[in-house]
Formats: sequence, C-alpha cells, structure tokens
Amino acid sequence: MDGYRPEDGLMKPDKEVGIVGYGAYVPRYRLPATAVSQMWTDGEGGTPIKEKAVNGLDEDVITMSVEAARNTLLRAQINPQHIRAVWIGSESHPYAVKPSSTIVAEAIGAVPNTLGADWEFACKAGTEAMQAAMGVVGSGMARYAMSIGMDTAQGRPGDALEYTAAAGGAAVLIGPAAESVAIINGSYSYVTDTPDFWRRAHATYPSHGDRFTGEPAYFKHVTTAARAMMEAMGTTSADYDWAVFHQPNAKFPQRAAQELGFSAEQIAPGLLSPRIGNTYSGSSIIGLTAILDVAQPGDRILMVSYGSGSGSDAFDLTVTERLLEVRDRAPSTETYIARRTEIDYATYTRFREKIKMN
Amino acid sequence: MTNVSIIGLGQTDVKEHWQTSLRHLAWYAIEAALDNAHINKVDGIFVANMLAGPLSGQQHLGALIADFSGLRGVEAVTVEAADASGGAALRQAVMAVQSGLMETALVVGVEKMTDLVGSPVTSALALALDADYETVHGMTPAAVGALLMRRYMYEYGVQVADFAGFSVNAHANGAVNPLAMFRNKLRADRFASAPLVADPVTLFDAAPTGDGAAAVIVTNYERAQDMVPQPIRIAGSAIATDTLAIHDRKEMLWLAAAQKSAARAMAAAGVSHDDIDVLELHDAFTVLAALSLEAIGFAERGEGWKLARDGEIGRNGRIPISTFGGLKARGNPGGATGVYQIVEVARQLRGEAGDNQVSGATIGMAQCLGSAGATAVTHVLSK
Amino acid sequence: MEVSRHWRLNEQRYALIGETCDSCGTKLFPPRDVCLECEAPAKELYTFTGVGEIYSYTTVYEAPAGFAEYAPYTVALVKLEEGPVVTAQLTDVAKADLHIGMKVEMVTRKLRTDGSEGMIIYGYKFRPQLEMA
Repeated sequence: MDGYRPEDGLMKPDKEVGIVGYGAYVPRYRLPATAVSQMWTDGEGGTPIKEKAVNGLDEDVITMSVEAARNTLLRAQINPQHIRAVWIGSESHPYAVKPSSTIVAEAIGAVPNTLGADWEFACKAGTEAMQAAMGVVGSGMARYAMSIGMDTAQGRPGDALEYTAAAGGAAVLIGPAAESVAIINGSYSYVTDTPDFWRRAHATYPSHGDRFTGEPAYFKHVTTAARAMMEAMGTTSADYDWAVFHQPNAKFPQRAAQELGFSAEQIAPGLLSPRIGNTYSGSSIIGLTAILDVAQPGDRILMVSYGSGSGSDAFDLTVTERLLEVRDRAPSTETYIARRTEIDYATYTRFREKIKMN
Repeated sequence: MTNVSIIGLGQTDVKEHWQTSLRHLAWYAIEAALDNAHINKVDGIFVANMLAGPLSGQQHLGALIADFSGLRGVEAVTVEAADASGGAALRQAVMAVQSGLMETALVVGVEKMTDLVGSPVTSALALALDADYETVHGMTPAAVGALLMRRYMYEYGVQVADFAGFSVNAHANGAVNPLAMFRNKLRADRFASAPLVADPVTLFDAAPTGDGAAAVIVTNYERAQDMVPQPIRIAGSAIATDTLAIHDRKEMLWLAAAQKSAARAMAAAGVSHDDIDVLELHDAFTVLAALSLEAIGFAERGEGWKLARDGEIGRNGRIPISTFGGLKARGNPGGATGVYQIVEVARQLRGEAGDNQVSGATIGMAQCLGSAGATAVTHVLSK
Repeated sequence: MEVSRHWRLNEQRYALIGETCDSCGTKLFPPRDVCLECEAPAKELYTFTGVGEIYSYTTVYEAPAGFAEYAPYTVALVKLEEGPVVTAQLTDVAKADLHIGMKVEMVTRKLRTDGSEGMIIYGYKFRPQLEMA
C-alpha cells in the first residue's frame, strides 16, 4: 500500500503535553487471597497474589474517582474551571446510563464548561481516556483534561478472577508540558478483536477464556505495543528508569517485563498487584502514580496498559523538576496501600453485595 | 393564668392495638372524655397526630375523627409538632377557648404506630428530624438521643449506668398503671448492658412507641365550675421552638425551647418550682429527662441525672416525674403523648390516680418535646 | 423516585459549600440564608475545608428504611474548623478508635440509594484524617 509501518502509529500531539497532576485511590479493605482459596479449594489451589483491595459499602467508582481527582487537583493547584474534560474509564460504572463523570466533575468544581463521558474498554479504558485528553490538550482545544481509570471489579465466586478482581485506581490531569510533572513523549495503541474476557449487558460477573487470556491476548498486545513504542521512540528497555505493565496478577506483568528486557528493579515500584490486586482500568495508571511517588527529575517511564477485547496503550514519559514540588501535596499511593483493614470472606460477600437480600 | 379549665378526660391503654384502627382509638378516648365531662357536643376538635400519613396512609384526621365520633359538622383540624403534637393541640384549644371563639373544645391525641412494621416505622419517626441534613445521613430519633447522651457523658463525667434511675422510676410507676405498655420493673444493674439501639442508647433507655389515644375537653373557667365536680385549671400554657437540628444549637446540651416554654407557662401561672407537685416530662430517652429537668430549672446544668440517682423523682420525692410510667413505661404514642401527660397530671390533681397517686398534688406541670426539643410545649395545671 | 430534592443540594453535598454572613462573617453549614448568630442575611457562598473533629458520635443498630443494608453505621456531629457543627456519617473508621475530639476530614461517599432502580445519592461523610505513609 503506502509502506505503513507499525511504528508510524505513534501518537504525539502538535503541542507538547504532560501530566500536570496525579492522584491515586485505594479503598482500605483487603481480602487475603488465602481467604478465597480456603473457601473454594481447601486452601490447596495456590494464590496469584497476596491480597486484593475491596471497596466499602459506601464506595463505588464515582466516590473513588472523586478522591483520586481531588488528590490530582491538590498537586496541580489549578482552577478546576479550566478543565475541559472529565473522563472516567471503568468497567464498573455505578449507572448503566448516566455519566459517572458529571458527578465527579461537579464534585471537583469542573462544571459546567467541560466534557464528561464514561469510557469502557475493559482494563484500558482509563489509558484510552488519557490519549483522548492528550488529543484535546495537544490540539489546543483544552488547557487541561482529567482522565481517570477506576474500578470496583467483580469476579464470579470461586473463579480465578475472584482472587484478583479489586477496587482502586488513579487520576491524571493532562495539560501543557511546561506545567507538567512528567512530559508525555508519545503514545501508541495496538488493538485487535481478541475476545479473551467480556461481560454481557446485565450480567453480574464477567466471563473469560481462561488460558486464552494469556499468550494471544495479554502478552501479544502488551509486548507488541511496548516494542512498537520503543521502536518509534528509538529506545530500548535500558533507556527507561521505570516501567509499569497492566497487572492482572503478579505473574503476567513480571513475565512481560522480562520478555521486553526490563529488570525486576525497573518494575518494582509500580508492581502493586500482589498487594492490591487487579484494579482493572486503574491498574496501569495507579502503577504510574506509585512510580511518580518515587521518581526523580529526568527519569524516563514506560507505561503499557492492557484491555481485554483487546488492546494495549503504551506511553513514554519523562519526569520534570516540578514533580518534586507537587509530590507531597496529596497522599501518596503508598499511603492508601498502607491503610489496610483485613476482612474475611463473609464480610467480603457483604461488601460486594453477593448476599441475596431479596 | 388562663381562663380555661379541663372538664373531661379519656384515654385508652397504650400497647400494640392490632385489632383497633386509628379512628377507633380516637373514638374510644373521645367517648370516655365526653362521658367524663357529661356532655355530648363540643365546638371544635383539635386532633394531635404525628404519623398517620406515613404509617396508616391516612391524613385529614379532623374530618375523619369528627365524622367517626358522631360530631359531623364541627370544626376539626390536625395539629402536628412531632411528638409534641399533643401539647401543641391543647395549646390551640386553650387559645380558642380563651379567645371566646369556642366555648368547649376537645383535644384528642391519637397515634397508630403498628399499621406498619419494621424499618419503615423507624423512617417515619425520623420524619421529625431535618430531612436534608439529618435523615439523609441515616439519623434517627434514637441517634439524636445518643449523640446528646454521649456528649453529656463526656462533658459532665457521667456513665451510662448513671441514667438508670430514670428508667427504673418510670417502670416502677408503669408497673402500677393498668394502662401502661410496660408493667415490668426494671433492675438498675441491667440498664447499661441492655441491647443497643444507638450506642449508648439501649432498649432500657429508649421509650417504646405504641398505639394509643387520649382526650381532654376544655371550656372556660366559669362554666367549668358548674359542669363537673373537679375542674382542673390550665394555669399556664406556652410553646417555644429551637433549631430543628441539634447541630445548629450553640449550646447543644441546653434545651432552650424547654426552658423558654416552661418559664413562660410558670410565669403565666404564677408558680415557682417549689409549687409544682408533679411533673410529666418527655423521657423519650433518659438524657432528655435529665436535660428537661435542667432546662425547666429543677437541676443545675449537668446535674439533672443526680435527681434520678438520689431518688428525688419518685412519687414521694422532691419532684415526682413519669408518675404513670412516662414515655418509657406507659409508652410513647407519638402525637398522643402530650395529651396523655395532661390526662395524667389532671388525674393526679383530681386525686384519681389510684396506685400512681402523688399525695396532696395540687399543682402539676406537663412538658412534651418535639424530637430533641425543637418544639417544647409546657402546661401548668392547678386544682 | 426522588430526584430534585437531592439534585438541588449537589453543591452542598459534594463540596461542603455553605455560606458566610454578610454582616458578622459567621460561617454557616448547612446554609440557611439568615445568620444563626446575628440574623443578618448570609448569602455569600463559602467552601468549607472539610477538616474538623468529632463532637459526638453514635453507632446506629436500628436503621431506617434505606439504611438497613449499611447498619450498623456510625453517625457523628462533626465540628468543622470554621465553626459549624454538621451531622454526617463516619466512614473508614474502627469503632474502637472512635473518640470525641478525633480529627476527621470530609470525603464524598454514597449516602444511600433510592431503591435498586432509583438515584444513587452521594454526599459528605467524614473519616479519620489520613496518615501519610
């Protein structure tokens, strides 16, 4: 045709953009994976993570997004009236019809001159919302746009996903590079129709393709997107100080990192799944906020999300001096992770509304 | 001193009247009061009720009850001020008779709590609170009592067990009142460990709601002398209000409306604290009993609970309260409660109180509160 | 279905927006348009910081309809640092840690839902101030 190469898919706005503020949120409750294995396998089945974060009875994607967005604004210190979009990526929006984003926009004072929409692309809805924000900011349509990846994911009782499907996520405010704590050097998406995981309308729990979620789905998309991103940027794994890959469990991101030539040290700060589980749309972004909590100016970061169905969004970022100024204005990701109250399986079933009440 | 006297009293027992409807309850009390006053007609009816709408799906009680009582055509309206409705309705009757617009007025307090069961009843009771700023946060009347009680304990260094005397006294009096909802005695040592309603308020602290109706007939003083052997004078009558929500009160442990209405009623009656032989107060929660004693002036701030501890609220004490069991043991039939209090004080002054009699009672006071004193109605009665 | 009675309070419920008295400067929450202190008009909007301390608290065991699924839950009177006291639930707190004077901060949470198909009502609750890790 016209000689199109994968790396031609690099997305980079005309105007340089970056992350002006960021904020994480993880609810305080933790369900140890052993509680699930005791219930369903006599404790003999092995566990993919140590424990997962569970939202309380009064929490949902909206309340969690509000707190992450507030933390983002605490760091960015901008007038929220300048925010031209509030976009929330999630597969657990509390309403099927009615935007989560308008409630969050109202709560943070971003209404009325703002776009508001909810995004769904399994676990990469949040990073796709980031790319859209790069577009509206990079084109000059908006000075700032808020992108949030947040979930209160549900796994069918006894299913492999029940060990990991967790609650949490993070928000980032995309704005001009000059105001950024991390400049986004570019982004790249790799998307195919690969049905490894889905949830039909009105179904409570998702279905998945078991081992099909691995090789042809997660690994194919994550590694292809990461390689193309690096090819386009002319980088190798050695050029990055830190990397975070979508983390549905502890093993997948570590294996993807290894295949791509990243060391355990490079992914260590962003690897949160063993302690909070898979926060779905929040999973890669909260890994990024955890990295920003420890990174130094000049550090380069690779982030690659993965959403079933399927696609991966890769981002190449460079930390600026400004990060050190804003970092401590809001609670760190670790603050939320350390705030831990263990619950048992019975409490979990109540919190996650698995007890049939009527 | 008002120019109004009580000539008729009527009441039903307070309990779960499963077989009896709202209109029947009201009628039984009205029938008794009419008989008691030896009349069969009145110029107007003031119905005190709090929850017939949400609980029985029935409003427009003035017409309903006038009609059902065979008093069709008479002026009749409902007066609502939460659980102070009864006192508030009497206040309207007093104004009507005092002004001369009515010669004889009937007040009937009626509440049918058991037409609904379960959490909708708790919701209905919470209607007396601020819907936008309290109820939406899951507040209940018991929670309001609990917030006040916890703060009271904190500020005055009091323990839960120190409130026991109020409930023990109420049950001791309820035990000898055949119309009381609870006729069991309460052991003080069981008080603090009873099941929680809203920490620290327990089942032994919170008054039970029940079905019931009470009626009072009033006419002008001169006429009353000729009609019945023992008319009871309404010496003072006053209503005062406070912020609806306790969070807006500058002094949360001070029932300002209770103080104001008591002071006004006592001034009108020309009586002092020492003159009052019997007091029916709003012991929906023990802390409200303590706070009421302080607001009315029977105790210093923070010391109302000591009257219970020291046995001063018993029938032979310095200021007998809850002499027929109070809200705690006679039961709290919501909007009817304030009328029960009047019936009870009047019976004390007539010397008709039987086993509940406070000997030699000549002046009595009744004070009912809407929620935690957002409305306070005080009446002083004299022989 | 309940709609407008909650919607019209969005600003107050989501962001603790109250009022300042035009005359004496007293801060008011809930907003009431007439100053509690001096009875002068109070219409200038004021956004509270959301920081305060527990003035009193209780755990509710007998819950009204719509709240039974959350029981037992804790309701408090929270004294905001600007002065007013508000009624609100406490969240993310262990019962054993509760005490009068405890420092708390505002968070936005689900208050209740209007049945399974009605609106989800969001608003302020308070939690113990986060300890930074």
